[in-house]
Parts: sequence; structure tokens; C-alpha cells
Amino acid sequence: MRRLALTGSWPNMLSEIRNKRRGSVATHGIRAGAKNLQTDRLWMFETMLRSRELENRIKTIYFEGKTPVFNMAKGPIPGEMHLSGGQEPCAVGVCAHLRPSDFVTSTHRPHHVALAKGVDMQAMTAEIFGKATGLSNGLGGHMHLFDAAVNFSCSGIVGEGIAPAVGAAIAAQIQGRDDVAVTFMGEGATNQGVFHESLNLAALWKAPVLFVIEDNAYGISVAKAESTAVASNVVRAAAYAMPGVFVPDNDPDLIYAAAGEAVARARAGGGPTLIEIETHRLEGHFVGDTVEYRPLVERERMKDIDPIMLFRERLLKEGADAAELDRLATAAAAEADAAVAFARESKFPDLKEMYTHVFG
Amino acid sequence: MSSVESSVEVPAGAAERKRRLTISRALNEALHLEMAADPSVVVLGEDLAKIGGVWGTTQGLLAAFGGKRVRDTPISEAAFIGAAVGMAAMGLRPVVELMFVDFFGVCMNSIYNLAAKQRFFSGGQVKCPMVLMMSVGGGYSDAGQHSQCLYATFGHLPGMRVVMPSNASDAKGMLISAIRDDNPTIFMFHKAIHGVGWLGTLPASIVNVAEGSYTVPLDKASIAREGTDLTIVGLGVTVHHAVAAATVLQKEGVSAEVIDLRSIAPLDRETVCRSVAKTGRLLAVDDDYLSYGVSGEVIATAVTDPRVKLKATPVRISYPDVPVPFSSVLEQAILPNNEKVLAAARKIIAESSGG
Repeated sequence: MRRLALTGSWPNMLSEIRNKRRGSVATHGIRAGAKNLQTDRLWMFETMLRSRELENRIKTIYFEGKTPVFNMAKGPIPGEMHLSGGQEPCAVGVCAHLRPSDFVTSTHRPHHVALAKGVDMQAMTAEIFGKATGLSNGLGGHMHLFDAAVNFSCSGIVGEGIAPAVGAAIAAQIQGRDDVAVTFMGEGATNQGVFHESLNLAALWKAPVLFVIEDNAYGISVAKAESTAVASNVVRAAAYAMPGVFVPDNDPDLIYAAAGEAVARARAGGGPTLIEIETHRLEGHFVGDTVEYRPLVERERMKDIDPIMLFRERLLKEGADAAELDRLATAAAAEADAAVAFARESKFPDLKEMYTHVFG
Repeated sequence: MSSVESSVEVPAGAAERKRRLTISRALNEALHLEMAADPSVVVLGEDLAKIGGVWGTTQGLLAAFGGKRVRDTPISEAAFIGAAVGMAAMGLRPVVELMFVDFFGVCMNSIYNLAAKQRFFSGGQVKCPMVLMMSVGGGYSDAGQHSQCLYATFGHLPGMRVVMPSNASDAKGMLISAIRDDNPTIFMFHKAIHGVGWLGTLPASIVNVAEGSYTVPLDKASIAREGTDLTIVGLGVTVHHAVAAATVLQKEGVSAEVIDLRSIAPLDRETVCRSVAKTGRLLAVDDDYLSYGVSGEVIATAVTDPRVKLKATPVRISYPDVPVPFSSVLEQAILPNNEKVLAAARKIIAESSGG
């Protein structure tokens, strides 16, 4: 069994990674010779902001037409809406290492990963509004975002993206490409059978794939401790003879480091890696969720652990130019405004659209 | 099983060469040809590589094309069928086998929510050119988890082709078409006509098969036998029951037309309606559970077509709504067969003759 420098028994690994975090950023375990580390960090900051700015607007618009009586069918954004606020570090820390030809699947909570993978914000927003200019002409919606140009897709079924990622990784292997596949999933997906089947298959065939668990501690309302027999899912990697890395504290730099190592190993033929990220869901499961199942103390803590705020503070502390960070923030807000305006102004699809893509 | 051999159309020129193959051999030949022609075709499933498949469909592929493209998988249908979707999205043409249709319960999400919806969800950006082969059908006392047909279960769901050949010549051409098609295709083959050594096979399914590559359309029914008085619609093994009955009816002065659906989804409604518009009488036969089934859909299709003026009440023969029993006496009693089809046909004719 291959092991990462950071692995061992997972409690040891945890303390090791926590120790690293106490040091300066330069000692976070980031690969020597990492490509443009500071540029990547700014990109991570910017991309997290782009996602947050867009989602903040979606959250507001979502309630249009849904007051005073909440009706999910009403308003410019009907249907369920799962926001990723708080989980942005998972997306950017991993996708910083990817290129368009790499394959990514995400979940019912996909916006942060989609934008980090390079999905076009305007087309994505139009899709969320169900418009003809959307990624899929309004056929998919917020839980089914597909962008073939950057090999991104997501799914509304828990665990559904795991096996296709293994397949895409095997395809790269068969075709002689050094592309990788990454599948993002919530911690709830690790109790699905297909998670275990897919890890076994990936390890068996040395598939260049990363299994990234965004552990936000809750599957809708059920806490991980009440659904999962192991305290940390990273131990499950050992059952399939693959390296497992636990990343604490929703830390973009640590995620970046762990993913960098795993992606490099996968590209070099070293097979799959499981990465478990301790992340935070700042919002409810869906917009409108009153989150009463979470202890008040947890809910109140959320405002203090916003990862974008924390990352900004870290960058500033390390000498980043505040004006530059502000400029990125302003640009992200402007881009989100433009995307929403584009979506609002776009036409709805023709009825015939739904019959043209069943068979090809 | 059948006492009467059917005549099934084969491609022109094939008959002289007398290359009579089983469906199993024909499917195997199709796979060899397509793997040789297209390096993006890969094969994966349980027991497919080393032993060539329990249905014999993948014999010799491992030796010919190597372990990269021909893989035995763990017993993990949800994972390897789901993986095939990812492979298909990235430019491969995976051919995957679900050993028995009955096993769909452990992997249906990968089939109908994942494979079948890639194209739709992506607005046509992402294709899913994969073939999922699976055996169907009973009649050999394999009991209730290895004998079902479940045509309607798959045919009901949009986004995937569902096809089944009734003879070896169609089998080869249809599988080649399915591999080249950009849509996910559920390719069923019926155990009563498949032709592996350990199962009896209806001789009528073993027909002349042309050498080399050829295609048979995936969405067109065929007229297995022309007639003017009665339309009998079947698929897979029931086509042979229908042809056998039609041969007897001919001697009684009744001209029965037999339609081989070949495709369950999409259903070739036009061929069915055109025939029933001509004959005015309809008998639909399948061996899936009766309710919400293929035969019901065929009858609904015909009777709602304004061109169709019925001369007699349409009849359907299907498997009753009970799980498949093990005991041979029980199972054989409820399967469709030549005699049941013949009796139903005579009843339809009698009704419209005032008898």
C-alpha cells in the first residue's frame, strides 16, 4: 500500500497536519516547486469570491415570488436550491491543479466546484434560471449542470458522480492521456454502496482519480456521528489499499497541498487517493431550511469561520496587497451582477427543446 | 420447445453460404468486428474476459484485444456500469454486460438516472455511446431472480434504446448498430433462443448470418411473415411462437402477419399500426409481466390510431402478474407458447367470423 508522507494512522496524520498549520504558509506541506503558488492562492481567493457573490444573489432572488407564502414552484428560480457557502475551499484547493481536459463530477451542491473547474458563470446562471441560454438550454437546472468544454457535470443523486469519475479516469488510462478525474461528494455519500464499489474498482485498476469528500458534518439534518460508524471517513481508504488524507479546518492551503500531491501521483500512474476535507456548510441544506436540527452554538459559530474571510485575513497578514484583494472582490461582484442580468434577460426555451435531446 | 421451424429473413446473399450461427455466436462475431474496427470500443463486465462470458458473447476478445480493452470486473454493477458512463463521456464506446436482467436492482440508478439522462441534462453536449447487454427470459427453471424479462421496466424510461433480436442475423447487425450508436442501448438477448451449450435453444433462431460487418436498424420492427387477416406482434422468443402459429393458421385458410418488434424503446408504432390497419385484428404476445407491459402498449398504440378499424377485440398474451415459480410444471404452465398463441388467434378469427 502506498502512503503519503502525511498518512499513517489517521490520528497521527491529523496531529501532523495540525502542526504544519501552526507554521507559516510556506511550511504547509505545499510541494517544492509548486506552480505559481502565490498566483494560485490569489486565484483561489478570487474563485471563492466569485462563487459566493453569485450565490448571495441567488439566495436573494430565490425568495422573489415565494413570499409571503413559501412555494418552491414560484419565482424566477423555482425548485430546490442548495448553496455551497462555506465549502468553497474544497473546490478551489482541488481545482487549482486541474486543466480543462481533466474530468470532474460534483453533487447537488455544485456551484463552487463548477466555477472552480471553469464553467462559464453566465451560462451556468442562465441554466439555474431555466433559460434557453443556459448550459443545457434549461433542461438540467441547478442540480444538473453540464459543461462539456471543461468536462464538468453534477448530479442530484447522492453518490452518483463517483463511478463515472472512475470510468473517465480509466478512459484516460486506456487512451494514454495523463488526465485525471475528480469526484466531489458529501460525507453522506460514503455510506452509499457505490462509494465502496467505486473505490475498490479504482484501486484495483489504479485509476487516476481523486475521491474528495466535502465533510460538512450533516446529511440534510442527520449529523455524521448518527449516520457513520467511523469518526473519519479517511480510514476507509485503507480498506481499498489507497492513500487517504484528512484535511482539517476547511483550510484552502492545506487542501491545495493535499490535492496537489494526489493529482501529481495520479498523473504519474500512482493511482487513486481519498481526500477527506473538514468543511462547513454555512447555509441550510436548501434555501428555506430553518436548520433547527443544528445546535444554536454551531449555527452562531458559522459567521466566525467563513473561509473566505479567514483566507483574506491570512493573505493580508502575509503581505498581500489589500487594494488588490478589494479589486478582485469588486470584479467578482460585478461579474455576478452581469451573470444574473444575463440570466434574467434571457428567453425561456421553446417547448420543442425537451424533445430534441432525448436521443441523438 | 417449438415443433415448427420458422422462416426468418436474412440479408441477401447470406443464405447460400449456409453460415448458420446461434445468437451467441453472432453477437460474439459483432464484438470481434467492432473491436477490430474501432479502438475506442472496450468491453467490461463479470466473467467476460478470461472465460469469454457466461453467455459466450465475449469469447476470444481478451486474446485478440488484450486486457486493457477487455476486462473482468468485480461484482460491482453500480460501479462498472456507472464507470462506463464516464468512459463514454470521454470518447470510449464501452460494451458492458449485466449478466441477468434480474440484477438491475443493484445498479438501476447507474442506468436510468445516469446513462439515460446524460444527453438530456447536458442539452446534447454529452453523449453516452454505451451498450449494456443483458440476458432475459426463463423457461429452464432458474426461478424468480434469474428468469424475468422486464422489457416494460426498461422500455418505460426515456433516454435509452431497448432492443432484443429474435434471430442470429438480426443479433449481429443490431449489436453493430448499437455499438456505433451515440445513445445508451439496453441490448437484451433471450435465453430461450441464445444458443449457449448449457441451455436448450429454439432452432428457428439459428439462421444464416452474413460474413463481415453490416447493420440492422435499432428502431424498426420487421415483418417476420406477411399476412392479411390477423396481425400477431411479438418480440424475441415470442416471434417464433407467432410464426409457428401462423404456419398452422395458413393451413386453416387464415393469413397471419407476424411483426417482430426488435425495438422495445422507441417502439416502431408505425409498422404496428400499418399492419393492423390492413388486417383489422391484433394479437400481441410477450413473456414479461402482463400489467403495464409491452403487449398492452402495442394494443393501445393500434386502437388509438385513426386508421385502424378493428374487426375483433384485440388480445394479449403475457406472463401473469406473479413472480416466476421454480417448479417446471408451474413455470411451463404460464409461459407463452405456440399453442396459446394459436388458440388466441383462432378465437380472434372466430369472433369476427360470427362464430
